[in-house]
Amino acid sequence: MRSLRGKLLPPVVAIVFSALLCSVALIISGSNPAKALAVMVVQVGRDTTLVDIVNSASVYYLVGIAVAIGFKMNLFNIGVEGQYRIGAALAAIVGGQLNMPPVIGQIVIILTAMVGGAAYAALPAILKVTRGVSEVITTIMLNAIAGGIIALLIKQGAFGVLNNNNISTKPIPSSNWIPGISFGSAGTVFGLVLLAILVGVGYWVLLNRTRFGFELQASGESPTAATAGGVDAKRMIVIAMLVSGAIAGLTALPEVLGRDHAYTLISPQGYGFTGIAVALLGRNNPGGIAFGALLWAFLDQSAVSLDVIQVPREIVTIMQGAIVLSVVVSYEVIRRLELAAEQRRVGLQLAAATTGSAS
Amino acid sequence: MTTATDLGNPAVVLTGITKRFPGVVANDDIRLTVRAGEVHALCGENGAGKSTLMKILYGMQQPDEGTIEVDGAEVRFRTPADAIKAGIGMVHQHFMLADNLTVQENVVLGAEALHGIGGRARARIQELAGQTGLRVDPGVLVEQLGVADRQRVEILKVLYRGARIIILDEPTAVLVPQEVDELFDTLRGMREQGFTFLFISHKLDEVRAIADSITVIRRGTTVGTVDPTSVTTRQLAEMMVGSELPSPETRESTVTDRAVLTVAGLHLSDDTGRAVLDEIDLAVHAGEIVGIAGVEGNGQTELVEAIMGIRKADGGSVLLVGADDAIVDLTKLSTLHRREAGIGYIPEDRHRHGLLLTQSLWFNRILGFQTRKPVVNGRWLDVEGARKDTRRIVEQFDVRTPGIEVPAAALSGGNQQKLIVGRELSGDPVLVIASHPTRGVDVGAQALIWEQIKQARAAGLAVLLVSADLDELIGLSDTIKVMLRGRLVADADPATVTPEELGSAMTGASTGGEEEA
Repeated sequence: MRSLRGKLLPPVVAIVFSALLCSVALIISGSNPAKALAVMVVQVGRDTTLVDIVNSASVYYLVGIAVAIGFKMNLFNIGVEGQYRIGAALAAIVGGQLNMPPVIGQIVIILTAMVGGAAYAALPAILKVTRGVSEVITTIMLNAIAGGIIALLIKQGAFGVLNNNNISTKPIPSSNWIPGISFGSAGTVFGLVLLAILVGVGYWVLLNRTRFGFELQASGESPTAATAGGVDAKRMIVIAMLVSGAIAGLTALPEVLGRDHAYTLISPQGYGFTGIAVALLGRNNPGGIAFGALLWAFLDQSAVSLDVIQVPREIVTIMQGAIVLSVVVSYEVIRRLELAAEQRRVGLQLAAATTGSAS
Repeated sequence: MTTATDLGNPAVVLTGITKRFPGVVANDDIRLTVRAGEVHALCGENGAGKSTLMKILYGMQQPDEGTIEVDGAEVRFRTPADAIKAGIGMVHQHFMLADNLTVQENVVLGAEALHGIGGRARARIQELAGQTGLRVDPGVLVEQLGVADRQRVEILKVLYRGARIIILDEPTAVLVPQEVDELFDTLRGMREQGFTFLFISHKLDEVRAIADSITVIRRGTTVGTVDPTSVTTRQLAEMMVGSELPSPETRESTVTDRAVLTVAGLHLSDDTGRAVLDEIDLAVHAGEIVGIAGVEGNGQTELVEAIMGIRKADGGSVLLVGADDAIVDLTKLSTLHRREAGIGYIPEDRHRHGLLLTQSLWFNRILGFQTRKPVVNGRWLDVEGARKDTRRIVEQFDVRTPGIEVPAAALSGGNQQKLIVGRELSGDPVLVIASHPTRGVDVGAQALIWEQIKQARAAGLAVLLVSADLDELIGLSDTIKVMLRGRLVADADPATVTPEELGSAMTGASTGGEEEA
């Protein structure tokens, strides 16, 4: 998967394929696919749609990176869902309870979210290395438990306050918010979009330029070769889970610090699962995940616009599912073709070299 | 070259067989005539295209060009079933038997239509066994059988399906010399009864002992067919390689009395509590190659992995004397720290333990060295350093590759192995552990790897060599230790020992346990 073609072809094939699939679904349900597509494209320029897409994408990006770190190590951290919610709730509680000076406050809140997410990921990591329990099982169960823990934390009498009809954490004082970047009537981009970009760059550097990233990739590709090469598999599992959890903890912060200023019982859920799809779409590559996050956010927004012209919004869900499936399939197909081509190329070059030297 | 005897009608004639794979022409215009009732050997080094040719003859692959004739009629095999119908059977190098079934069940499996699965099948197996001398009890579970018996079951399997022409793919690779003799007696007996054998091997002494004619394949094409009585082993080998031969012989002794590796009382039990390593005492000195001989599965893998720290021994100690004469107690250290202390490790399975196949060559250079210069700088990878040192290895170890950015999977086995050897000799190790260093590599790579091991020894490294290739062991080693059921049971002097004697010791036949250990 070294060539540009190998990188770009699969997502293009996947998107075209899923667009075709959705067109069929639309025709069957009696709508006009061309009209639906036009609406999806046109909406981007209207009102705050573009900014909304970028804002959603920043959230999806953070959670996608969190999942990708696990994937790189062959760990399926389904628990990012629970980890980000715990991280966000703890961060909002700390931000609301302590009246901290600016800058320091923001830093403390961000670190709290990371520590919270990492701590919640520590449990499955420890269970896996000491008892061999699959992280898939433990993290799924911990997702369910996370909801209960949060409800306990933010109930009235604990850290919660009643706000209209909704229970939430104490609001974070405005000195500890992170201001957005305003584009006037086009909306305001979360300030923490920059954090997402920073995390993406950090992820690339970590993977490709550090010893830790090397060991992570080696363990993910071949645990046996990594062990023979002196990589401590258990240590890598624990660290990878903790880092994944820490990044997961950041997920909801753009919203908490930039829009909601509190964590409520009805704060959004399900980003963890979106993150899995986005990481799959982006093939764990920082650039690819950015693309996947933007695409996902764009499709989410489309659901609203399609509703307006009476196209069933479920078509977006179909499209998202079809894209993920076809990306996974087309990457695998193209990976195999590329490897065969590579072997052929090496063979040809060597054959040319041998005949050259022999004659 | 002379043409082989023209006794007997041709049983198999292959004409102009060509088969291309991505990157290689595996077979190029192969011509081969096998006469009925002969043992026809097919020789060639690893990667010469023998296996591909046999897969084509057995219907597992289709040739791109060329024709196959069996008993005078042209045939086209789409699947092995077609080949079996035409009377061709194949015994694979790696046995394909179900351990938890009996011999009879294994033989009948998939051929139930022939004689049922009950008494008639049993009678037929016994009839075949009596006729051919492949005696083995049909009622016994395969898991209770030794390697030689399993091979008999494999041959019975193809006979049961009516094969008259039998392909044997490296049948002696897994056998000790005594078992090889038994196999050959059986083959001779069956040849008298009119069976035809295609015998694939690169062990030339054995080929000359059994074959009626020998066809040599080199680089995917037939070099010629010769009469074994008219050529020497050396001539044959030179036909195979196309040039002068490498030899594993080491020159004058460089053994010193400085013990680099000292293993004392090493003990390891498997999950069931059975000792797979039992009181191993072993010393490897600077400038010495210590060879470990043994039938596979007698604890060699475990010994190496226990020394490397990949398996945790449950008793005993491992000491290493570093370059600065400081004694390092490895017993409690991790694999990484053992490597840092100065151990290079050439693992027995390069795909599983030696390489990250989808990663580039320079990325692979870092594996095992992720804490050491020049490939890292503290916590950071030194990508330029890794690339530069990979280029050095590619050049110095003659790794045939168009560049260092290609994935390791794109290289041939020999070149992958050369890369590993080059890597493991980097960073000034004091001890090199080489497990089957030339298994499955071509003669060119084998010669280079032998030469590198010899140079390492001459430079004062200690080398622990585990190999199933007895010639390699005898040729390279200064001392040979025989391993049997997890113990070092005997020492042998490579200057005087023969492969046969070593084979006896490996099976426990001659020593009766442990007389010299």
